[in-house]
Amino acid sequence: MTHGSTHAREAEGGAHRTSMGVDSRKMAFWAFIGSECLLFGSLIATYLVYKGRSLVGPYPHEILNIPFTSFSTFDLLMSSLAMVLALAAVQRGDMKQGKLWLLVTALLGLVFLGGQYWEFSHFVHEGLGLTTNLFGSTFYVLTGTHGAHVTVGVIWLLTLWIQALRGKLGPQQALTVEITGLYWHFVDVVWIVIFTVVYLIQ
Amino acid sequence: MSEQAHATTATYLRIAAILVMITLIEVGIFYVPTFQTVLVPVLLVLSAVKFALVVMFYMHLKFDNRFFAFLFGGPLLLALVVVVSLLLIFYGAVRLRTGV
Repeated sequence: MTHGSTHAREAEGGAHRTSMGVDSRKMAFWAFIGSECLLFGSLIATYLVYKGRSLVGPYPHEILNIPFTSFSTFDLLMSSLAMVLALAAVQRGDMKQGKLWLLVTALLGLVFLGGQYWEFSHFVHEGLGLTTNLFGSTFYVLTGTHGAHVTVGVIWLLTLWIQALRGKLGPQQALTVEITGLYWHFVDVVWIVIFTVVYLIQ
Repeated sequence: MSEQAHATTATYLRIAAILVMITLIEVGIFYVPTFQTVLVPVLLVLSAVKFALVVMFYMHLKFDNRFFAFLFGGPLLLALVVVVSLLLIFYGAVRLRTGV
């Protein structure tokens, strides 16, 4: 890389254009999201293949709480809205709004995780463990993997928020916020599928 | 194939309202006995609409470089093929074994 192109890259907030005219970090992240589709696709397929094959209870219709999970879904959808508002604010240089929406997104993520913790605790109390039956194994692995992704997302968002508080996040780093947003929205779309396949189609 | 301007804040709010409405419809039809016969296809379609709205507007795939759509759409299609294939293989094997 030449000295001139290094300066051009710094001016774009670290962005590096490929010969295709797209940013290399964004391209790599979309490829990563593509690989995540295959990971969650295999977990959802496993859940569906073993659906209704449990020999002992508790069975899904006995313990799944639709009103509670609907609230969790609403929470995650609102977190996606907060994330795009955070990105829009950072892109226009309004860091006050940017910081606010980044924090709101992270807090909504934490609310979702709290809900998942409560749900898992309740299920264990009802007698559904990881090895109780096929439903328990496939349910905990699928929703637990999703929860782990939400946890990573919350840590990532809080890291960005702290950077913003220290004045190290501005419009020049909008691409970093956009990539964080891509990850967060992907976590949201995975939940959209899980909510339908696991909770509503019993 | 240059990147275009992203959606406006008003668009983001409209999409959020649509997503919430679809979720309410999903939960609503889950509890209505009349819809039980068509519950699965209706829920799958509504879920697909929500998925597409988030990907197109919140992930900006509608406005971004088409190469990103290829990077995401290719593996997504492959994942769908894997899910459907596994279901067909598994239930086909069960039907062969049980004769039902």
